[in-house]
Amino acid sequence: MNELYSELQWLPRAPQDFSERLRALNRTNGALGRELQTLALHALDLNQLIRLSRAVDRALAEGHQLGHLAPFRLAVLSNSTIDLVVPALVASAVRHGIALEVIQPSYDQVAQEVLTPDSMVNRSRPDAVLFALDYRALPLKLSLGDGEVAAATVRGVLAYMQMLRDGIKAQSNAICIFQSFAPPAERLFGSLDRILPGTLKSLLDDINCQMAAMVAGSGDVLLDVAGLAETIGLADWHDPQLWNMAKFSFSDQLVPLYADHIARVLAAIRGKTRKVLILDLDNTVWGGVIGDDGLDGIQIAQGDARGEAHLAVQRLALDLRRRGIVLAVSSKNTDEVAREPFLKHPEMLLKLDDIAVFQANWKDKATNIQAIADQLSLGLDAMVFVDDNPAERGLVRMLLPQVAVPELPEEPAYYARTLAAAGYFEAISFAAEDLKRAGFYQDNARRAELQKQVGGVDDYLASLQMTITFQPFDATGRARIVQLINKSNQYNLTTRRYTEPEVAEVENDPAVFTLQVRLTDICGDNGMISVVVCRPGKAGEWEIDTWLMSCRVLGRTVEHWTLREILLNAREAGVQKLVGIYRPTDRNGLVVDHYAKLGFTQVASDASGMTCWELAVEAAAPEGAPMTIVTLNSALSAENVPV
Amino acid sequence: MDEAGIYARLAEIFEDVFEDDSIQLTPQLAAKDVDGWDSLTHIRLILTIERAFKIKFSTLEIGKLENVGDLAALIQARA
Repeated sequence: MNELYSELQWLPRAPQDFSERLRALNRTNGALGRELQTLALHALDLNQLIRLSRAVDRALAEGHQLGHLAPFRLAVLSNSTIDLVVPALVASAVRHGIALEVIQPSYDQVAQEVLTPDSMVNRSRPDAVLFALDYRALPLKLSLGDGEVAAATVRGVLAYMQMLRDGIKAQSNAICIFQSFAPPAERLFGSLDRILPGTLKSLLDDINCQMAAMVAGSGDVLLDVAGLAETIGLADWHDPQLWNMAKFSFSDQLVPLYADHIARVLAAIRGKTRKVLILDLDNTVWGGVIGDDGLDGIQIAQGDARGEAHLAVQRLALDLRRRGIVLAVSSKNTDEVAREPFLKHPEMLLKLDDIAVFQANWKDKATNIQAIADQLSLGLDAMVFVDDNPAERGLVRMLLPQVAVPELPEEPAYYARTLAAAGYFEAISFAAEDLKRAGFYQDNARRAELQKQVGGVDDYLASLQMTITFQPFDATGRARIVQLINKSNQYNLTTRRYTEPEVAEVENDPAVFTLQVRLTDICGDNGMISVVVCRPGKAGEWEIDTWLMSCRVLGRTVEHWTLREILLNAREAGVQKLVGIYRPTDRNGLVVDHYAKLGFTQVASDASGMTCWELAVEAAAPEGAPMTIVTLNSALSAENVPV
Repeated sequence: MDEAGIYARLAEIFEDVFEDDSIQLTPQLAAKDVDGWDSLTHIRLILTIERAFKIKFSTLEIGKLENVGDLAALIQARA
């Protein structure tokens, strides 16, 4: 069994006093959620995961708040025994910042639970339903060599999956999480099983292929269990003795890994996928120490065994950047010396242009990482830090616990694989805008430069030559809208989360006013940076249910122009009053006076710090810094207000 | 491993699985005597014991286990 995976070796080993620490958890202070998460951020075996989950269940039953952990209700339907998987899921979810409630109906009642409108699953109104099915659940019929019957069998299985999905969607907006199927390790013929239609292997391959197509772009999710089993090895994944004795669909040794993979998907649904990879340089991105070994002494050459290991790390970093993950550097070196290989070494794959923030100095790495987060306007929980030095890793874990810091093995050849195995960047969707995200952050760095050169703020804003584009929600923007709604924590007035199906519903609801806002400027295209949802409240009123903005565009008066757009549409719709609400969280202190700043009057507040604001719609529409305004597809005719 | 060593290790395992350090391990102790020792916990116990002692039991052997004494004897034969 490959221990990198089965023992989650990117996580630090469980402390010797794990049991004592679990028992000693302080239930009275508000930090219970954080303490549980700290314990969960170790490699725990099945028994430890079960004990941690019991502590979570007890805390929830006793009415304790788990603070910053995002709640999630997951129904799990299976044809196999999942009684040990469920607690592992709860504990693994804590690791990823989720307080998980699992709805688990009786064994092997999948179709019944889905199709009965008032079943336990349907009544619980879950956020998502996991169909933890293995191949033994499927209506499969071998038809060795018969392509037509094989195709019909595959269609039958897909129809069954579709029926399960339709059954759930008929009762709620829950996201459906399907699993691809791990075939058994045994073959009937040998190599021919893959070639001949109608063998178990080729049927499952076709089914997996078609399930991927069924799920693509749908808002539902595919957990690639077949891929996970392949990575482990089918012979280690399946345990015939455990299936016979207790109907475990895979080896108990892989429950911690499987549970972590599901937790990653749930975290991705809640917008917690990490966004930034911060790299150490010496002995991480090249072999050796640039300050000591010089340009000729460091190892990154093709054909050099050690060099190739570090090039693999660079290659992975570049691939991640290509899909929208931002790269940064934190190195203990003088800046000039650290930049040398990027500028002069012919074998370097990473270029300075790929790095959004380059921190090479003699300060401690925790200070540097905080500076990187500040410069990118992103939280520490969006950061991943990779460093070959265990002392540096330990320091950052201790001072900045929200940063993900993978353990690395001794052998550099396994660095890239370990970082990938940790799954910090697990995504459940991919929008075209993601391809550009890394570039956005680099553009921002350039704007910061511009700001230093130009005189005052007003001159600076004018010099940006911004164009702001307003349009209602549509299918094209949906993926990015869902992403913004789920990931924006700071400039977010109500932190109301919507799943993809819920956004689609709002798109098509004529009573709801929606805005997706894009901003471009002289340095580049920021993409979609703000989302607004207004719902009719009392007669003649619109309630602003959602108003969020990317922190990348703070201080650019986007919110002023946005309010103007809302007012123009409200007038057109015959609305007299806008009502705005601020719901405080521990992340959105930034917007406590957003409505005050925009001229609203506070009309109510309560002990929790929630405030309610009003603005009469005939009030003057505010103006912000000079911008070109473009309105598309709205109820109003398109207006172009050149400045 | 000698019998005393096996019982000592088993006591740790029982505490880990049952989250209860008050269980007294005697050769006659059986599932019916311990709260929460159901079929699923039994599987957990067997799996934890297999990993801890680095041994594997056959399905037949697991089926024949009646009490902790049988378990200890099986471990002694294997380990």
